[in-house]
Amino acid sequence: MGMNKSDDVTWDSFAEGLWRENPVFVMLLGMCPVLAVTNSAINALAMGLATTFVLMASGLLISLMRHLIPKQVRIAAFIVIIATFVTVVDYSIQAISLDLYNALGAFIQLIVVNCIILGRAEAYASKRRPALALISALGMGAGFTFALLCLGVVREILGAGALFGFDLFGANFEPWVVMVLPPGGFIILGAWLLLFDWRKHRTQLRSLQEERGRAG
Amino acid sequence: MKGQDAQAPATPALKMLIVLGGIAMLSGFLVVLVDQLTKPIIEANQQRAIERAVFKVVPGATLRRNYLVTPEGVHPAGDVGSGNGITVYGGYDDQGRLKGIAVNGAGMGYAGLVYLLYGYDPDCACIRRFEVLKMTETPGLGDKIISDAGFQANFIGPDGLSARLNGAGTALENAILTVKHGSKQHPWEIDAISGATITSKAVGKALNQSAQNLLPLLAPHLEQLKRIDIAPAESPTNGKGE
Amino acid sequence: MPAESLSFIFINAALANNFVLALFLGLCPFLGVSGKMETAVPMGLATSFVMLVSSICAFGINLLLTSFDIEFLRLISYIAVIASAVQLVEMTLKKFSPGLFRALGIFLPLITTNCAILGLALFQTFKEYNFLQSLVYALGAGAGFTLAIVLMAGLRQRLALANLPTPARGAAMSLMLGGLLSLAFMGFAGMGGH
Repeated sequence: MGMNKSDDVTWDSFAEGLWRENPVFVMLLGMCPVLAVTNSAINALAMGLATTFVLMASGLLISLMRHLIPKQVRIAAFIVIIATFVTVVDYSIQAISLDLYNALGAFIQLIVVNCIILGRAEAYASKRRPALALISALGMGAGFTFALLCLGVVREILGAGALFGFDLFGANFEPWVVMVLPPGGFIILGAWLLLFDWRKHRTQLRSLQEERGRAG
Repeated sequence: MKGQDAQAPATPALKMLIVLGGIAMLSGFLVVLVDQLTKPIIEANQQRAIERAVFKVVPGATLRRNYLVTPEGVHPAGDVGSGNGITVYGGYDDQGRLKGIAVNGAGMGYAGLVYLLYGYDPDCACIRRFEVLKMTETPGLGDKIISDAGFQANFIGPDGLSARLNGAGTALENAILTVKHGSKQHPWEIDAISGATITSKAVGKALNQSAQNLLPLLAPHLEQLKRIDIAPAESPTNGKGE
Repeated sequence: MPAESLSFIFINAALANNFVLALFLGLCPFLGVSGKMETAVPMGLATSFVMLVSSICAFGINLLLTSFDIEFLRLISYIAVIASAVQLVEMTLKKFSPGLFRALGIFLPLITTNCAILGLALFQTFKEYNFLQSLVYALGAGAGFTLAIVLMAGLRQRLALANLPTPARGAAMSLMLGGLLSLAFMGFAGMGGH
């Protein structure tokens, strides 16, 4: 019964994915869509929500079936389940807005190979209660959406001088077009990671100093 | 944990097949359900997208009729591509008068094909507007063909972009050509955007190729399109007495 | 409708629209395996090989699905086929070319979750390429992936010798380098089409 503690639904099971184990900034997972669809904030938001839905739906189903799925074929079963929900999302987005669908292109279908989803299915959902799997998936999805938005907002402001399609700076602003182009994606994500790493480094340094201070 | 590991290899093949089959059934059911549910909405969305683009490139149009143009003639057509021929969209005003014809075209741009829809005005034998449906051109450079006022002026002016057929009606009198920025001299030339010449050329190529293919087939039947489409049957009382 | 020429498709997939540097597909191995030249080259070759195989499979499947009018099963069947194609490639190599298998062996399972493979299959379907075009597209994509990962490995080997501040030693600097590489590859845009 050593699992007892991690079996409770706590605030942490949600917040863990959002911040401490943020899939993008901390675990460096699912980078392809992070860079590919974040040239505007609205695309980033749509992609984040779509991924969150797939995470939650597949997490719930896999958790419900966790005693049924034999170990040897679990990966195949997970992939089929995930692909199903991705197809559902794909058709739903087409029904909601064709413009959005055209902007996201094949990347909606590529959610299926997003390592976060299979990773969470294997490491978490297949071992936990449905409620816990659902909450954790929501947290991971929120963390992923947050990361996408971080990139999308910065890239749209710099690269198009707008936010969610609304012009921010007026006609005199010359947009840094490179930011909405592929190189901008790499550079902005690099900058965000640098910021996170720097923060982590500083906290580590500080706790080290405190320890030393206590020891001295 | 130990017990689970020891038990795992003992799972009979039959159980695996049943579970996998069950999952496949479930996912098949879900996917078909969603496909059936969303199909009408998606089709309606596509219709609306076509309609919006047609009304944009044919100024003054409020009604749309689809036609299939083949070497044998022009026939009314559905929305889904039927048979081999060129699908065109006739744009009509409230009284059912033909305002223009919207046609698809595609040309090779900088980073791939540029797909567009253009409005042909039979009255002036010219192209009045175009709308980009899909392209992968560089943002900020190639996509100026949509936003650049100077480029749009090639089409919006009083005479549009000339697309007149030659005397025999077999091809355009003068092929539509994209020329370097600032060197446009004739009404069938497109003044390119400086810094986005290749994308400008793609528009020229798309328009030229499509017009060369379509107009010789369409021209003999134009009268038929103008007359056939009378306003919908909602106001039959307006008919003049003899 | 004009068709894209074969030379354009190849150059476009390999350079101008490089799968890694412009379309962001296959970033996990790009960042994960590009640390050393010795692993980068076999990874690139293995991926190219699997790309070719799955491109052919995807073309066949799409033909089958469209003829039965069940396109909504496309994603599920593509992912299943790619996973089995990787397995098949692994087994074939093991049997007929043990040397090559030993060189590529550990990379093959990694390739299943490489989104460049599924991306390739999906893009060739969306672009409605015919068989020959799909084949050339797969070859171009593979060549582009190998080129990008090898270039990156070269850069990172040099980077390892540089004296960076501690927080910048993680993935951040690799991404920045990727950005510069991507900027350089943008110069190839427009090649091959004219």
